[in-house]
Amino acid sequence: MSIEVMLNAAGLAFVVAGSRWAQPDGQVMFIFILATAAAEVSVGLALLLQLHHQYKSLDADAASLMRG
Amino acid sequence: MDATFYVAAVVAILATVMVITRLNAVHALLYLIVSLLSVAVVFYTLGAPFIAALEVIIYAGALMVLFVFVVMMLNLGPQTTETERIWLKPGMWTGPCILSAILIAEVVYLLGHTGTGQPGAASVGPKEVGMALFGPYMIGVELASMLMLGALVGAYHLARKRERLETRDVIESDATRTAAGGNLIRPGTGRPSSAA
Repeated sequence: MSIEVMLNAAGLAFVVAGSRWAQPDGQVMFIFILATAAAEVSVGLALLLQLHHQYKSLDADAASLMRG
Repeated sequence: MDATFYVAAVVAILATVMVITRLNAVHALLYLIVSLLSVAVVFYTLGAPFIAALEVIIYAGALMVLFVFVVMMLNLGPQTTETERIWLKPGMWTGPCILSAILIAEVVYLLGHTGTGQPGAASVGPKEVGMALFGPYMIGVELASMLMLGALVGAYHLARKRERLETRDVIESDATRTAAGGNLIRPGTGRPSSAA
């Protein structure tokens, strides 16, 4: 969720720069950031589901042990 | 037009501060949706209407629904209805409602005053963005599509049930899920009927 906020801030900076120089490059960059955020959210939520299946909790400290 | 930009920016900052200080995930999600909508209004006042629409549709529409879905799905249990009643009690949504009302008033004002020109920044329409996106940035589009494919495969692989769980874990999880009324699905035995 916080990563969403940070990616959104970066996208806002790109769009502001793009509108300052009246170039579409900033908006193109924002579309790429949007795609990255979507991919990251899908993988992150899949990890969250797996964590919940394994440990029956959402505490990230529960997954602090590796198998090896 | 300048005042609308500042009002939307203040709403965005307030909503984002509320996002990172909430202790409850659902409350933070409500404020995050308001924050994304206000950033969309900021984009519109900056002269990027295409990006504003994209922000509302993809971020506030698709990604936030995904978040809400997973957060609500993760705690299926006997005490779920009680906790959700506590989460969604009427006192909670007054904050996001006030901020959203400010945004709606602003959008109505903007729609009523179209044609006054953008403040200090040229408007870049969707046509220019499309021409740039599929012209010099073609390799970026291809890379984004490969990233999406990787995310799709990775999400499927991660969210799938493990085949070699510890035996105790398997029995335990099966017992809890049958007790909760869930259907048992093993990998390779077909897709769950309720999967979207």
